[in-house]
Amino acid sequence: MLPFVLEKARSAEEAIERAAAGARYIAGGTTLVDLMREEVERPERLIDINTLPLSGIREEGGELVIGALARMAEVAADADVQRLQPLIAESLIEGASPQLRNMASIGGNLLQRVRCPYFRMLDVGCNKRTPGSGCAALNGLNAGHAILGTSDHCVATHPSDLAVALVALDATMRVRGPQGERSFPVEDLFRLPGDTPHLEHTLLPGELIVEVRVPGSDHSRRARYLKVRDRASYEFALVSTAAALVIENGVIRQARLAVGGVGTKPWRLRDCEAALAGRKPEKRVFEEAAKLAIQGARPLQHNHYKLELLPRTIVRALELTGEVA
Amino acid sequence: MTVNVIGNPLPRVDGHAKVTGSARYAADFNQPGQAYAVIVSATVGLGRITGIDAKAVQQMPGVIAVISHLNAPRLAYRPHKAGVDPAVGERLHVLQDDRVRFYGEPVAVVVAETFDQAERAAAALRVTYTAERPIVDPSDPKSQPIVAEATLRPEAFVHADTSRGEADRVLAGATIKVDTTYDIARENHNPMEPHATVAAWKGDRLTLWSKSQYVVNERAEIAAVFGVPVENVQVICPFIGGAFGTSLRTWPHVTLAALAAMQTKRPVKLVLTRKQMFFTTGHRPRTVQRVALSVTPDGKLTSLIHEGAGETSRYEQFIEALTSATGHMYSCPNARTRYRLLPFDTGTSVFMRGPGEASGIFALECALDDLSYAVGIDPIELRRRNEPRIDEGENKPFSSRSLMKCYEAGAERFGWSRRNPKPRSMRDGRLLIGMGVASATYPAWQSPASARVRLLASGVAEVEAAASDMGPGTYTSMTQVAAETLGLPMDQVRFSLGRSDFPPTPSHGGSWTMASVGSAIRAACIAVQEMVAARAIADQRSPLFGASLDGVEWNEGRLRRRGDTSAGQPYRDIVARAGRPIEADASTQRDPEVAGRYSMHAFGAVFAEVAIDPDVGTIRVRRALGTYGAGRIVNPRLAKSQCTGGMIGGIGMALMERTALDLRDGRPVNAHMADYLMPVNLDIPELDAHFVDEVDPHVNPLGVKGLGEIALVGMAPAIANAVFHATGKRVRNLPIRIEDVLTA
Repeated sequence: MLPFVLEKARSAEEAIERAAAGARYIAGGTTLVDLMREEVERPERLIDINTLPLSGIREEGGELVIGALARMAEVAADADVQRLQPLIAESLIEGASPQLRNMASIGGNLLQRVRCPYFRMLDVGCNKRTPGSGCAALNGLNAGHAILGTSDHCVATHPSDLAVALVALDATMRVRGPQGERSFPVEDLFRLPGDTPHLEHTLLPGELIVEVRVPGSDHSRRARYLKVRDRASYEFALVSTAAALVIENGVIRQARLAVGGVGTKPWRLRDCEAALAGRKPEKRVFEEAAKLAIQGARPLQHNHYKLELLPRTIVRALELTGEVA
Repeated sequence: MTVNVIGNPLPRVDGHAKVTGSARYAADFNQPGQAYAVIVSATVGLGRITGIDAKAVQQMPGVIAVISHLNAPRLAYRPHKAGVDPAVGERLHVLQDDRVRFYGEPVAVVVAETFDQAERAAAALRVTYTAERPIVDPSDPKSQPIVAEATLRPEAFVHADTSRGEADRVLAGATIKVDTTYDIARENHNPMEPHATVAAWKGDRLTLWSKSQYVVNERAEIAAVFGVPVENVQVICPFIGGAFGTSLRTWPHVTLAALAAMQTKRPVKLVLTRKQMFFTTGHRPRTVQRVALSVTPDGKLTSLIHEGAGETSRYEQFIEALTSATGHMYSCPNARTRYRLLPFDTGTSVFMRGPGEASGIFALECALDDLSYAVGIDPIELRRRNEPRIDEGENKPFSSRSLMKCYEAGAERFGWSRRNPKPRSMRDGRLLIGMGVASATYPAWQSPASARVRLLASGVAEVEAAASDMGPGTYTSMTQVAAETLGLPMDQVRFSLGRSDFPPTPSHGGSWTMASVGSAIRAACIAVQEMVAARAIADQRSPLFGASLDGVEWNEGRLRRRGDTSAGQPYRDIVARAGRPIEADASTQRDPEVAGRYSMHAFGAVFAEVAIDPDVGTIRVRRALGTYGAGRIVNPRLAKSQCTGGMIGGIGMALMERTALDLRDGRPVNAHMADYLMPVNLDIPELDAHFVDEVDPHVNPLGVKGLGEIALVGMAPAIANAVFHATGKRVRNLPIRIEDVLTA
């Protein structure tokens, strides 16, 4: 690990000032410290934001507000979260391990780095780590990699389960920076790799995630998160699906679908949603809609199975929403 | 009257030390003035080092030394091989030349004042190479199997070729047959505790606090590497945080720690990173196998062919018992086995729990399961119809064999009769349910071992043997053996292990620790007992004066005349009167005549039930049962724990574990605990281990066969067979993953 300076922020303003000058925020540190140990991340200055008052979880007029410093475990166990947005609790419980969930913050979860093994290997090319150095995963072992949103420069999936749920729920986020505050959909936080995979998000220099807001909606009650993986816990998704349905008079009025493990960012499936709207909630309909998910997918040498697994996971997640009381 | 400590489910004597943190592991033995060493690993898979820019790193804060082939002394590397080392080939000579034989080979070691400084400097060291593409996969057209020279020796534990009858001819003419191939991934042991060594020289004497399953050989190996007398080296390892075979051999990092300490004239601590534990500390070899079987319509085997090959390095021929068990598992007049090696540009493979058998039995037992469907006979019944009366491979009787008893007891406990044999016929809601079964076996070895017992005037017995306890409970079970033999309560016996200057014992592996070290301790206890009794008998002040040795009984710390109900004499009085502790050493080994007469193995029947989601392909083991005939069970609590641990290893082998190599440079891509999957709590269902009563008077005086290895054997095929039963799809590669059953 390279030497670094660690400062404790006394206020959000101070933290933002430091970050605008080049310091990196550190909250739970579950991604950052790990990568610093391997010298994949090499920050010279860290600003510890753990003592800032950004960890509250509350309801505001039907909207769920989650502070950026709330821990995954806290949010998952929170009564308001479970009541208003059980999908979020479910996605969090499926993520990481209990130890990590106790440490990792919601803001950090959204900004976690990719799990592509080559990203961590300093002796191979990785355009995300070192722009222009190539992508070792493209012709390497890429069973876990993306089939949607990839480019010739990067094929890594976005690893967050929570982000998939938030994107499905049209959540927004409030950030504060040197120029003040702004809000935007969580979906807009993430960038496609294109030819600049080292640019992962749309935050401006110094911007600090303050909170995530999840609008109350009819979707919330029929919403499930299904994560498919080879072991039952502590593994990133091969494929995951956040599915929510609003059903009226036996017909789907509206559907929300977002998937993980397959895209270079949390992947909202608006074509599938449209194909479900106005139809009966039955397996045949789910299957027809799910087929649309792999349109334009670009499988790699080792991840063809995701073309099969993705639609099946979507169908199963949609079925599960029907099992929600 | 005896105390009957053996057979009691006693708790671990070292449990308190372990859970309170007072048990000290290798890396806990910090020395005054200690420096820290970090290994720099090669980043090419085959080639030569063209440059090492040590200068830049030497200026970094705290750096004491940068040691590479450019400045390392030529080490003696005197010939030395133990049973844990491949019989053919030569161990890796570390930092002795510019060659890179495999990805991750150590190319330098950096020593600094603090660990952080050493880690930083190691990461900063620039090494340049010429690189060639290594061969690391059986599918590589340049990969050629070879005959392992050691497998041609008559006494080998695995033979290049064995044959009885005319297996190929019979198979060719058979109508009911299976002929199948299997591919099992490389696995790394991944114990919790990383490899670690603290090395300290005093003149030409070296002390190593080092994670080792074989301190006696670590001492001999390091003495040979450095060209110093064996007695100048001391290896200390009182506790091991799991090993599974990875600490049987003395690997290059131990040499590097000692070398760094020698060069810097400082005590040096070296701990491998998790990533480095995928490079130079061995792995279960990737294996490719073929099993062909034919059978009469009433289920009698007519031919059995088992061919297999396992990976090894280019510089050593690592062999394991891949095809060894096939000869004795079933009755079949025509049987042939073939075992080969696949030399790759990789580090040498090593024994990993259930070595050889776990992989070989997987192929054999999956093929047998296939055959049961081909001939339409229940898999247990099929095995019953082919149960041999003798070991047909060796043409010897078994010392004992309880395989069918295991199947009967296991089938009953598991509820095998509830199984509908038709594939894809059992469901729980949406889930496909499968029940599978497989045999397990492992040899009941015994190796020469020795032990010392010392009786103190306080009434305490001190017992010493070099030995190790990597988790099975050696501390506890050996204390039980001594307590029972001496007739003392458990808390009056102090057993110490893990020092190379203690009486020598074999490596802590092969399921022979109980048989070997236990027998030696028993013999030493009897010897010391006779010494004490002889003193009492000769002592006019003793109530035993004049008794015959045979007429003396020993119990609860006292000597009595046989049949006498009086208090007798506490042995501590006899020791006190002697004026010094009374001590006896003993060495034991299996009587070669008995060993030659019998085929000695433990057997087991393993049952598994899986649930498979037919939509998304997730595979979960719902319950499993291992039933074992393993001789006498010294401590049922520890035995059950050991078996369920092995079964968990088997679940990992079946469904998760795989060291994935990038064929471009041979690097393990998932050398990380988040990416190398092993079962976590949520993957472990209710596991049951059960032991059938088995009395084996031949294996050793304790009547024990050992449990550590067999507990992993059989689990993977039971699961694979259950997956077939659930889905109707036979997966012949391990691990079995979602993508394998998705389209079932």
